[in-house]
Amino acid sequence: MNDPIAPPRSFPEAAHDALADDQLRRNLAHVTSTIRVKRAAAVAELPDWEALREAGRAIKTETMRHLDRHLVALERSVTAAGGVVHWARNAEEANRIVGGLIESHRTTEVVKAKSLTTEEIGLNEALAQRGIRAWETDLAQLIIQLSDDTPSHILVPAIHRNRAQIRDLFRAELPGAPADLPDDPSALAEAARLYLRELFLRARVGISGANFAVAETGTIAVVESEGNARMCTTLPEVLITVMGIEKVIPSWRDLEVYLQLLPRSSTAERMNPYTSLWTGVDPADGPREFHLVLLDHGRTTALADEVGRQALHCIRCSACLNVCPVYERTGGHAYGSTYPGPIGAIITPLLTDLHEGATLPYASSLCGACYEVCPVKIDIPRVLVHLRGRVVREGAHREPGEQAAMGALARLFEHPRAFAAAQRIGALLTAPLRRRGRRITRLPGPLRGWTQGRDLPPPQPSFRDWWRRER
Amino acid sequence: MSDARTEILARIRGALGDVRDEAPRRIPRDYGRGGGLDQEALAGLLTDRVRDYAAEAERMSELDVGVAVRAGCLRLGIGRLLVAPGVPGAWWPAAAWEDETGAAAEEDERDVAIEEDGGAAEAEEDDGRPAAELDAVDGVLTGCALAIAETGTLVLDGRPPCGRRALTLVPDRHICVVRVEQIVERVPEAIAALAPRVAAGRVPVTFISGSSATSDIELERVEGVHGPRRLLVLIAG
Amino acid sequence: MRVSLFVTCLGDTLFPDTARATVTLLERLGVEVNFPAAQTCCGQMHINTGYGHEAQSLVRHFVETFAGCEVIVAPSASCVATVRTEYPRLAAETGDPALQSAVAEIVPRTCELTELLVDRLAVTDVGAVFPHTVTYHPTCHSLRTLELGDRPLALLRAVRGLELRELPRAAECCGFGGTFAVKNADTSLAIGADKVRAILDSGAEYCVAVDSSCLMHIGGVLDRRHERPRTIHLAELLAHTGATG
Repeated sequence: MNDPIAPPRSFPEAAHDALADDQLRRNLAHVTSTIRVKRAAAVAELPDWEALREAGRAIKTETMRHLDRHLVALERSVTAAGGVVHWARNAEEANRIVGGLIESHRTTEVVKAKSLTTEEIGLNEALAQRGIRAWETDLAQLIIQLSDDTPSHILVPAIHRNRAQIRDLFRAELPGAPADLPDDPSALAEAARLYLRELFLRARVGISGANFAVAETGTIAVVESEGNARMCTTLPEVLITVMGIEKVIPSWRDLEVYLQLLPRSSTAERMNPYTSLWTGVDPADGPREFHLVLLDHGRTTALADEVGRQALHCIRCSACLNVCPVYERTGGHAYGSTYPGPIGAIITPLLTDLHEGATLPYASSLCGACYEVCPVKIDIPRVLVHLRGRVVREGAHREPGEQAAMGALARLFEHPRAFAAAQRIGALLTAPLRRRGRRITRLPGPLRGWTQGRDLPPPQPSFRDWWRRER
Repeated sequence: MSDARTEILARIRGALGDVRDEAPRRIPRDYGRGGGLDQEALAGLLTDRVRDYAAEAERMSELDVGVAVRAGCLRLGIGRLLVAPGVPGAWWPAAAWEDETGAAAEEDERDVAIEEDGGAAEAEEDDGRPAAELDAVDGVLTGCALAIAETGTLVLDGRPPCGRRALTLVPDRHICVVRVEQIVERVPEAIAALAPRVAAGRVPVTFISGSSATSDIELERVEGVHGPRRLLVLIAG
Repeated sequence: MRVSLFVTCLGDTLFPDTARATVTLLERLGVEVNFPAAQTCCGQMHINTGYGHEAQSLVRHFVETFAGCEVIVAPSASCVATVRTEYPRLAAETGDPALQSAVAEIVPRTCELTELLVDRLAVTDVGAVFPHTVTYHPTCHSLRTLELGDRPLALLRAVRGLELRELPRAAECCGFGGTFAVKNADTSLAIGADKVRAILDSGAEYCVAVDSSCLMHIGGVLDRRHERPRTIHLAELLAHTGATG
C-alpha cells in the first residue's frame, strides 16, 4: 500500500499528466474561482480580520513553543473528564491502537467522520487488514471510498468528479441506491443520506479527527457542514478521535479566534452549519467511552525546523489551495499526498524530513497569494524557499547538472569582466538571429523547458557595453 | 525501550532547543467583541443571519411562542413532536383555543386540544429513547443556551432546555426558541459565556448555523444531509 | 538628485532597451544617473532556487558595488524585493557583522523605479506620450512584496494619449516564477496561457509591467502564438515622448 504522504512521482511528471485533463481543469477553475470570490466577501465583512489573523498566528506560535506542556495539560484534562489518552509515534502505532480498541469492542464496522489525519496514516487500509470496515460518512469521502480513489482537495475532495460520474458510482456501489437514480446533487445526497442513516444508527464505534483540542478544558472541537461528524461523535457507544499533536490550543478562549477564522476561510460562511465541542465523556449524552489518540508521525520532525515549523499552524481551511495558480491548474493529485496545494508543498517534505516530496517545494511560482489569504499567516513562500535550500544542501533531490550550472553562474556574477565577456559571446552567437529579426525558439538541455511554449529574444549588445561606449 | 508518550515529549523538547525563554508571550487580542447593539438590534440581526443560511426565523413576543410552535409544526409537517426537558410549558404547541388573555391551555387540556385539531403536533417530552427510535420522530422543540447574532448561530449545551445532542440531530425538523436576552453579538462573547459551564460541567456544546449542507458535488449547495433539513428559529421577547 | 542605476542581470543582457529607457527617463526629469560597472546580479535566482549559500557572495558583491551610493534604483520590483526582504536575512546567516551592517545601510537606499518617481521625486506626470491601448499587469513582487499599490497606475494615467484597459484577473500570477518557468515548464505555461488570454480579452495593444522577467515570459508566449499584443516595460513606455517616436 502506498504511503499517503509519499508522492509516487515527481511533481513535474505528475503535473504534466494532470494538466492534460480538461475536465479536471474546468472543475478546478470553477471551484477555486467560486470559493475565492465568496471567501473574499466573507472576510471583507469583518473589520477586525487582520487582528484575528494576528491572534491566530500568535496563539499557534506560542503553542508550538511549548507544545510538550500543552499536550501534557490536554492529557490531564481529557483524562479528568473521563476520556482515555493514547500516544502514537507513527502511523503504524496509531493504527494498531485504533484497531485494537475497535476489536476490543467486538465490532467489525465503524463510522468515520472526515479526517485528513486518518487519511495521512492510511487508517482505513490498516483497519481493513484486520477485517474492520471503516465507512466514510462525509459525502465526498464516501464518493472517494466507493470509487477507490484519492481526494484531490482538502475541502471538497471529490471535486474532480462530476455529477454524472457520481450517479453512475452510486448506482453501482451504494447499497440501496435506486437503479434510476438521477444525477442532480439533491438526489445524490439523499441517496447517501438514507444509506448512511442506517449505518449511523447501528454503528457502535465512531472515529473522528479534531480541528482543535483545548488543553485547558480537554474539549475537542470538530467543525463540519453535513452533520455526519455529529452523527459519528454522538450516536455510537465508543468514540475514537485521532489527532495530530499540533492541533492542541492552550485555552478555551482561543476558540473565539479560530471559530471565526476557519469558517470564513474554508467554506466562506460566517459560520459552518455544525460545530461540536465535547469534553471527555458525558454520562447523560453521547458515547460512554472516549479515546483520544495523539499522533506524532513527523510533527516533531517538522517542529525541529525553525523556519518550517510554522507549517504546523495550519488549520486546514484550504484557502491557500483556492488562490494558488499552480493548484488551480494541476489539482490535488499532482501533489501525490494527503495534503495538496501550497500547504501540502511544505508540510509533506517537513513531516518526512525531506525523504518524500522533495520536488514539492519547487511546485510554486512564489507568487505569495497563499500567504495573503492564510488565516494564521503562515509565510508559505518563505518556507518554500527555505525548503528549496534544504533540498539542495541535503541532496534530497538532484537535478542533473543544476548544482554545477548554478555554481558556474554564481562565479560569473562574482566577476564582472567574466560576466561581460560571457554577454558578448552570447550576443555574438545570436547575432545572425538578431539580424534576421528572429527570436530564439529552441534552447538546449535544462533550458529547453523555456522554449517548450515560449520564444526568447536574442541577447543584444549589453547595456554595460553601450554605457561604456556612449557615456 | 521508552513508551510513546515519553519519546514524543522528548522529541518535542529536542526539537525546541532554540526556544530559550520560558516566559509565555502576550497574545495580541485586538479583534472586536460585540457590545454596540441593543437587544432589538441583536434580535433583528439574528433573524437576518439565520434566514441567510436556509433556516426560518420569526420574531415574536414570548406570549406568542406556543402558538408559533404549533403553527410551525403544521407548516413543517411535524405530526409527532418531541420536546427537550426544561422547555417551559408555555412554549409547547398551544391549543387552537385560548382564553381571551391569550394564555395557553393547561397541559392536560393541551394534548386533547391538539388531537381534536387534527393533524397537529402530538407532543411529549424526550424520554431518552435510543437514537433508532428518534429516527421515527418528526421534529423536536428545544430552547438554547445562547445565540450569536452576527453568524446566525444557535448554541446548545446539552442541558435543559437544549436537549441531549441526538435530539437535535436525528429527527428531520428542529424548532428552537431563543429568548432575546440570550443573544450575543459576536463569537467571543459566546465563548466567554460558555466558559464556566464547560470548565465546571463539561457540557457538550453544539453550534448550529442553518440546516446542514454539502457542496461536495460540483460545488452545488444541497441542503440537509444528515442534520435536520428544516430549522425554525423563534426569537422571543 | 543623483542615483546609481542597477540594471539587473536580465536587463543588462536581454533587455538593454529597458535599461537605456530608464536612463533617458530619469535624465529627462533632471536626475543625474551613474552606472557602477561592477554590478552583475542581485542573486534572486540563486536564493529562490535553494542556492542561498552561493548567493552570499552575490550579496557581498552587490553591497560592495553600491557602497557609498546615495540612492540605488532598479527597474525591477523582484530585484528590489530581493534586496529589501532577503538580504538582511542572508547577511544574518553569514554571521558577518560587517556584511550585516553594510546590508542594513544599503536596503533603505535601494528603491524600485516607480517608488523613486512617485515617492522621492514626487512626480506622476513624467511628460510621456504613448497613444496606444495599454493594459497593466501587476507582477507578484510589485503587488505583494513591495506593495507598489497605485504608483505604476498613477504614472500610466498621466501618459498622454494612453488608453488604459483593465486586465481581467489582474492580480493573478503570470506563471514565470524564476526557475519555476523551466523546472515546471508545463505548469508555468498553463498559467501563462491564462494571463495571455486575459491580455487578449482586454483588447490592449500593449501589456506593461515593472518586471522584465515576467514580461519575458508573457511576451515569449505571445510571440510563440503570433498574437498581436506586445509587452513593454514601464520604463520604456514612460520614456516615450513622441519626439522621436
